[in-house]
Amino acid sequence: MAHTGVGSMELLRFATAGSVDDGKSTLIGRLLYDSKQIFEDQLEAVERTSRARGDEQTNLALLTDGLRAEREQGITIDVAYRYFATPKREFIIADTPGHVQYTRNMVTGASTADLALILVDARKGIVEQSRRHAFITSLLRIPHLVLCVNKMDLVGYDRDAFAAIKDEFREFATRLEVTDLTFIPISALHGDNVVDRSANMAWYEGASLLHHLEEVHIASDRNLIDVRFPVQYVIRPRNDSHHDFRGYAGSVAGGVLKPGDVVVVLPSGFTTTIAGIDAFEGPLEEAFPPMAVTVRLADDLDVGRGDMICRPHNRPTVSQDLDAMVCWLTAQATLAPGAKLAIKHTTRSARVLVRDLQYRLDVNTLHRDEAATALELNEIGRVTLRATQPLFFDEYRRNRATGSFILVDEATNATVAAGMILGEPQ
Amino acid sequence: MTRQLTHLRALEAESVHVIREVGAEFERPVLLFSGGKDSIVMLRLAEKAFAPARIPFPVMHVDTGHNFPEVIEFRDRRVAELGVQLVVASVQASIDAGRVAEERGPRASRNRLQTTTLLDAIAEHGFDAVFGGARRDEEKSRAKERFYSLRDEFGQWEPKSQRPELWNLFNGRHVKGEHMRVFPLSNWTELDVWQYIGDEGIEVPFIYFAHRREVFRRDGMVMATGPYLPLIDGEEPFEAEVRYRTVGDMTCTAAIESPAATVDEIILELAASRITERGATRADDRFSEAAMEDRKREGYF
Repeated sequence: MAHTGVGSMELLRFATAGSVDDGKSTLIGRLLYDSKQIFEDQLEAVERTSRARGDEQTNLALLTDGLRAEREQGITIDVAYRYFATPKREFIIADTPGHVQYTRNMVTGASTADLALILVDARKGIVEQSRRHAFITSLLRIPHLVLCVNKMDLVGYDRDAFAAIKDEFREFATRLEVTDLTFIPISALHGDNVVDRSANMAWYEGASLLHHLEEVHIASDRNLIDVRFPVQYVIRPRNDSHHDFRGYAGSVAGGVLKPGDVVVVLPSGFTTTIAGIDAFEGPLEEAFPPMAVTVRLADDLDVGRGDMICRPHNRPTVSQDLDAMVCWLTAQATLAPGAKLAIKHTTRSARVLVRDLQYRLDVNTLHRDEAATALELNEIGRVTLRATQPLFFDEYRRNRATGSFILVDEATNATVAAGMILGEPQ
Repeated sequence: MTRQLTHLRALEAESVHVIREVGAEFERPVLLFSGGKDSIVMLRLAEKAFAPARIPFPVMHVDTGHNFPEVIEFRDRRVAELGVQLVVASVQASIDAGRVAEERGPRASRNRLQTTTLLDAIAEHGFDAVFGGARRDEEKSRAKERFYSLRDEFGQWEPKSQRPELWNLFNGRHVKGEHMRVFPLSNWTELDVWQYIGDEGIEVPFIYFAHRREVFRRDGMVMATGPYLPLIDGEEPFEAEVRYRTVGDMTCTAAIESPAATVDEIILELAASRITERGATRADDRFSEAAMEDRKREGYF
């Protein structure tokens, strides 16, 4: 069997984006189908519904439209997650819809992605939405970007058509911070360059899309240099066998921790050493992102949730003031200077005051509108915040885990903003 | 050294993170435990999240009264081993109290009645976070479910106003009367669950493995005969070698004919399977295209 998915594999999370009718559903359908993740009963249900609706062909989009309102209105409301595996990797697709609340959805889907896959129609080339998707990929620091030029069959598998789109996009991408950019000419409908290299495009020398997804190097995307361990939960068994046990549970947000390492605990600033790192199975020699472990310290310190363990000579910024890019996620309110909101950053919760909106960014032209007075739904801007207590942060570009935060409206409890830290205000 | 986790260890880390987050931020969490494989994995992950301390919250079984006896035996043993408190919320008690009415007819099931029992128990005990073992790969409407899924005073799910979930920053804020359903296994597939059970050497009830049992065919599915499932005209019981892919209420959980007798054989069978686990074995999802979505909106698991 080609794609049983049995065995030990790496996990790759990717976000897909595209505008309406660019064939994204067909592409996802093909990846799922060719890796045997679409099952007979799902296909039968879709065929039944397609017939009932009078569609001429089986509508593969029905496989991904999960909710009744979506099927009734023929739209996609929300980020949907899909799963497939090959013998090399298991894949989680965050499938973000192209029209309604676009930015909000893509930011959500992109926040945990290792790779972004953007589709363009070979006949139409780069459109406004392609630029927006690329910008969000760059803003969210997704390490790898793949631009799939789809519907190559409709341009006669023409090499020059592909080259022109590639050149235009590359030119635009120089204005962004995209570190790894790959172009693949495909036909999702016919399967060209999706799983196997296409005989119709002998001029293309790169890998098929699936091959690229299997091989793209993601191991070095994490920050393994700056030790960051936000304390999530204090474990105190208080039973006879572990009478004096005190462990700090959490997920490693950066660097590599080892027993014996000298560490400092923020905000207290006390220095101690790591006495041991425990997993359920027993002691570990080291811990690295994204492992969830329990750290024991040599000294009996007062350490609690929201504290940060790091190395004495490599500390995060400790400050109540920060500059950040934020994406506003709600239509119920706007973000304007003077607003007070709750913030969640690593395992630390506080409140912030929005001191300044420096500019609103036009995600299509990258123009900075410094006259803007508020951010509305799906808008992105640079703000200055002051928190009620110090936060321990890094630049988002250096560490996605210690550089990200969410803002919550305390009246409605809604999550209203996604934030990416730039640093302390100048 | 690449320092790269395998997919199972990455999924495990993600789930443990979510479980600890709930343990830290909620006052009265509870873990739903049915004795099924997903809740067994959930229990193992909760054990890992807080070791060497005990799991700091109770587990709750919503009991339809139509259980596989071997699953109940398994449940009680596992709970005793872990030293956790077991809360049993009984559908029979809800019926006796007049909260719900028993469905009638040969196809009657208590599956849908569970929602009332569940919501009543959540209110009675004041649970503010309820862990479930649901996975996004199970069913279409689940594909858009969040890790944290807010339910209002009526336990309802409103898919259009779900909170966006970014990075691993979860927003657990809620007002009194609301509660959060939390799904740490969101990103796991059925295959992942079995691989994890195999890797970890976790015990599961034997009905997941091939055994001989008296069954009959209904609507293309193979169901176990028993006191809760009267035969309809034309249905003939016969003995077959079967196993279960899901373990739920006996009246709506079908078996599959399978010789798979070990975890490895199940994994191989699954990898070759062309039918989803719910499509194959859950009569409750067959009512309509939106059957699961409707039940979820009402407050189902």
